[in-house]
Amino acid sequence: MGLLSLFSKSFSHGVHPAHHKGQTEDLAIQRVPFGKRYVMPLGQHIGAPAIAVVSKGQSVRRGELIAKPGGFISTALHSPVTGTVTEITPQRTLDGALKEAIVIEADPYSTQRLETTPPTSWEKLSLETFIKVIQQAGIVGMGGAAFPSHVKYSIPEGVQIDDLLVNGAECEPFLTNDHRLMVERPQAVIEGTEILRQKLGAKRACIGIEQNKPEAIEALREQLAQQPERPITLSALEVKYPQGAEKMLVKSVYGKEIPAGQLPRDIGVAVNNVGTIVAIADLFETGSPLIERVVTVSGPGVDQPANLLVPLGTSVRDVLRFSGALNDKTREIIMGGPMMGFPIASLDVPILKGSSGILAFTETETARPPEYTCIRCGRCLEACPYFLNPSRLALLSRNRRYEETTGYHVMDCVECGACSYSCPSNIPIAQLIRTAKDNLRQHPVQDAA
Amino acid sequence: MIKRDPDLLLQSAPLLKQKLSIPTAMRDVLLALLPALLAGIWYFGLSALLVVVVTILGAMMTEWAFTPKHQRSMALSDGSALLTGVLLGMTLPPALPLWMAWIGGAVAIGLGKTLWGGLGNNLFNPAIVGRAFLLGTFPIAMTTWHVAAGPDQFFNLYSSTLALPFMQVPPIPQGTLSASGGGIHLVDGMSAATPLGLMKFEQTGTPIFSLMFGNTAGSLGETSGLLLILGGLYLLVRRALEWRIPLAIFLSAGVFTLLLQQIDPLRFPDIYFTLFSGGMLLGAIYMATDPVTSPVTPKGAWIFGIGIGLLIVLIRNFGGLPEGVLYAILLMNAATPLINRYTQPRIFGRSVGRSAK
Repeated sequence: MGLLSLFSKSFSHGVHPAHHKGQTEDLAIQRVPFGKRYVMPLGQHIGAPAIAVVSKGQSVRRGELIAKPGGFISTALHSPVTGTVTEITPQRTLDGALKEAIVIEADPYSTQRLETTPPTSWEKLSLETFIKVIQQAGIVGMGGAAFPSHVKYSIPEGVQIDDLLVNGAECEPFLTNDHRLMVERPQAVIEGTEILRQKLGAKRACIGIEQNKPEAIEALREQLAQQPERPITLSALEVKYPQGAEKMLVKSVYGKEIPAGQLPRDIGVAVNNVGTIVAIADLFETGSPLIERVVTVSGPGVDQPANLLVPLGTSVRDVLRFSGALNDKTREIIMGGPMMGFPIASLDVPILKGSSGILAFTETETARPPEYTCIRCGRCLEACPYFLNPSRLALLSRNRRYEETTGYHVMDCVECGACSYSCPSNIPIAQLIRTAKDNLRQHPVQDAA
Repeated sequence: MIKRDPDLLLQSAPLLKQKLSIPTAMRDVLLALLPALLAGIWYFGLSALLVVVVTILGAMMTEWAFTPKHQRSMALSDGSALLTGVLLGMTLPPALPLWMAWIGGAVAIGLGKTLWGGLGNNLFNPAIVGRAFLLGTFPIAMTTWHVAAGPDQFFNLYSSTLALPFMQVPPIPQGTLSASGGGIHLVDGMSAATPLGLMKFEQTGTPIFSLMFGNTAGSLGETSGLLLILGGLYLLVRRALEWRIPLAIFLSAGVFTLLLQQIDPLRFPDIYFTLFSGGMLLGAIYMATDPVTSPVTPKGAWIFGIGIGLLIVLIRNFGGLPEGVLYAILLMNAATPLINRYTQPRIFGRSVGRSAK
């Protein structure tokens, strides 16, 4: 096997949680039937919220623009269904906060056919137009952060992108949405990769996949074999968390370290998630803006795990109703992966562009074992992919000495949670570090200079 | 059917955790020590068992007494005091008076751990603090060694075992010894020098076979090298051992010994003797690797181990004592914060290391 090196590529440190993907990795993506009520928060991406361009009572078609970008670092929103705008009011979102949102009631008699036309063929677009098209299509990073993609593609003068890196690592346990996309739609993955590679002017493209997804690797390899002229390669990566973190992935694939405070583009790399790539391929194939996404429903708290294609704005309750609901053992629901996801307090919150999974956990996973004092075993130091000293940061944070944590580069932390995972004393290290970071954001330390 | 929503918890991620916890880590070490401990009891009889039990009692009682009430059940159940007691017990001579063993356990926890602020805060390994205290306070009792009698004389209790505090060992009353067959006998025991003592003061070696299987004189848990190594392998399999430390100790002590042998093969012991005698194995595998008192970084672990190995050989061959493991580990314990400070790895994407502890 030429493409799969015997010695798998990886970064240093990290942890090896059981991947728990068996529940859903063989389940084909199913479309969730259309429901009744859709909630589209205006600020569901990083950056400025979008600005609504529809008003109460207006009827909208599926895929129609309902909110325009609220600035450069912002993106558009489109109606996930054909129906009527019933209100534009604050609605509860994933973190429990009230956020301005467009509420759409689906027309029960509509066929929900998507009546969009693809933009002119992508080959002809200039990079500036391409960026605008991406922004107008509302495409964001689908890995979870929901950072507007067009911002990533706006490369400053003098920066040359040599490599496009597609992130198919999917290192979060339980999640299989990227995996299914690669297995079921390898053509779209390759097509989207090629589009982006040419538009960014990258010489090569590489798709990084963790080795626990042989099916995905196989599917993409077969697809690539049919298009040997494309300079796209596959890279099989060690199964290790957080392999899918941007900087770790770049290190694993290219062996290069992105300096702290810099972006992949500073070393000539652009990193994009598989879901984003497929969204770009779809945009140029059918003209469909980002109005739905694949969500993995899994975890010991659901009886019928699934990979679902969910219209944005669908409530978690409706998704769970379709996938066989929660069982009685459910004690906590996490949006995203179990390592970095967020717990939700209510089922009546919408699926957003960045929602990769709905995971239900039971007593077994949520039980908090007794916390012991730190015995300086060093396991968190060996887990941290950034080579920070998590135990020290946690101790400082617990004692509310937030300013001192900056001296230990607390802001370099990406909150991957490997430290908490590895701690035999059950200290909630990642949460303490989050607390410190949050405090520092609110009360920045004054420089002595 | 209306089903109620579950009452959802809002615990922050990550929800996944590896299985290892402090109590299981402590249990692993205890399990690894058990064969060597049982062998010690097998060779040295009931006295050895009593010494270990009383040491554990001393440690646990002190932990109980000095822990705030609401933390007691947790402090005692984490197994750290138990482990300190067992480790200390295993370094003691089998005929040590029980009251001294109790004090040893109490000092190990009191001075070795509680005084520093409890588990995780101590600079020195508590078991070694206990042993150092006993060695300084009761030098004669701590260096009175006996021949490993073997299981035939299991119920023969050394007369010194039951000595009263601060009293001379009472003469064995006539008549109480006569019960033949079962029952507990008080004996004076046959005192003997340890292999290290023999080497130091009489330049006599001890066959490697005896060192491996434990039928020599010595501390009750130190003599059977093979079982200590097996326990270490178990810890290695369980990933509960910082393997760099024992390896560094063995390597540095081994290389240093080989160099010394080049200089004078008659005066200095061979490498097998260096590695398998005295407290070398127990100290290197189980005591130096205490996470609290050893460096956190891999590079630090190497420095720490190499330092201990060199110090052991130095003390054994050029110092006044036949055994040096105890002080070698204590000295390097003291150097641990410094080692940590200078071995911090470079942060990902930065040219500097994380700040020192």
